[in-house]
Amino acid sequence: MVQQAVTLDNLFHALADPTRRAMLASLAIAHRNIGELAAPHAMSFAAASKHVRVLEQAGLVRRRIEGRSHVLNLEPEAMKTAERWITERRAMWERHFDRLADYLASTDPDKEIRKKGVSK
Amino acid sequence: MTTGTAAKPAVTFGSFTINRVLKASPEQVYAAWSTEEGKKRWFKAPKEGWEQLERKFDFRIGGHERLVGKWRSGMVTDFDCLYRDIVPNERIVYVYDMALDGKKISVSLATIEIRPERVGTRMTMTEHGAYLDGYEDAGSRERGTNAQMDELEATLQA
Repeated sequence: MVQQAVTLDNLFHALADPTRRAMLASLAIAHRNIGELAAPHAMSFAAASKHVRVLEQAGLVRRRIEGRSHVLNLEPEAMKTAERWITERRAMWERHFDRLADYLASTDPDKEIRKKGVSK
Repeated sequence: MTTGTAAKPAVTFGSFTINRVLKASPEQVYAAWSTEEGKKRWFKAPKEGWEQLERKFDFRIGGHERLVGKWRSGMVTDFDCLYRDIVPNERIVYVYDMALDGKKISVSLATIEIRPERVGTRMTMTEHGAYLDGYEDAGSRERGTNAQMDELEATLQA
């Protein structure tokens, strides 16, 4: 039970970060090494490696060592459990709320308040 | 409810809370939920890889909202919502179903609380859900993975 809770916390934590979500999206297309995962984010190898570790701890990705390179794959087993669906649902709302935060940050407060006055 | 399948209907109960402090007034946050033009700015899929099939928006107690869309993988998602309680600028309570390819995967009670903070506004969502066996039917692991990857990919393009 405790183990389960820890795992769920790890999952939520892993999915709450936009960089890690982007890494997962990238891994959905093909397996990658850490350098390839770091490249689109203009981040150091060490920083990318830290994100990968969080994804690993959440059971979302699996690491394979090929010579000198660490190759990352999506972990298909992570998609299986019932808790997984709840995690996904939470992640769905988190993504919407990311967009909501962006939208609110981009709006002119005075204009929005006037708009509210005429809303149905 | 599933019919015509050998699998036993199953349900998993779950709840979660999401807390955000937003750089906006409670009135702005409420407007982003309560007006069609506000909500469509954020309650949507990013442009690429998703086609809107149906949208209804009737924000009042007893009002109905629906958003149906088709993802790149061909999967159709259906958000079907009824507003149960509304206190302007403070609280929104709604019940919503989600369906994947016409199969119901969940029925949830969602409560949005809006509270001013010293700087910005705290928005708290609490969901209590019944996650249904449709998840297993519609969401074979591969299917579920595709759906998730569609969304993740879309997030990248946002």
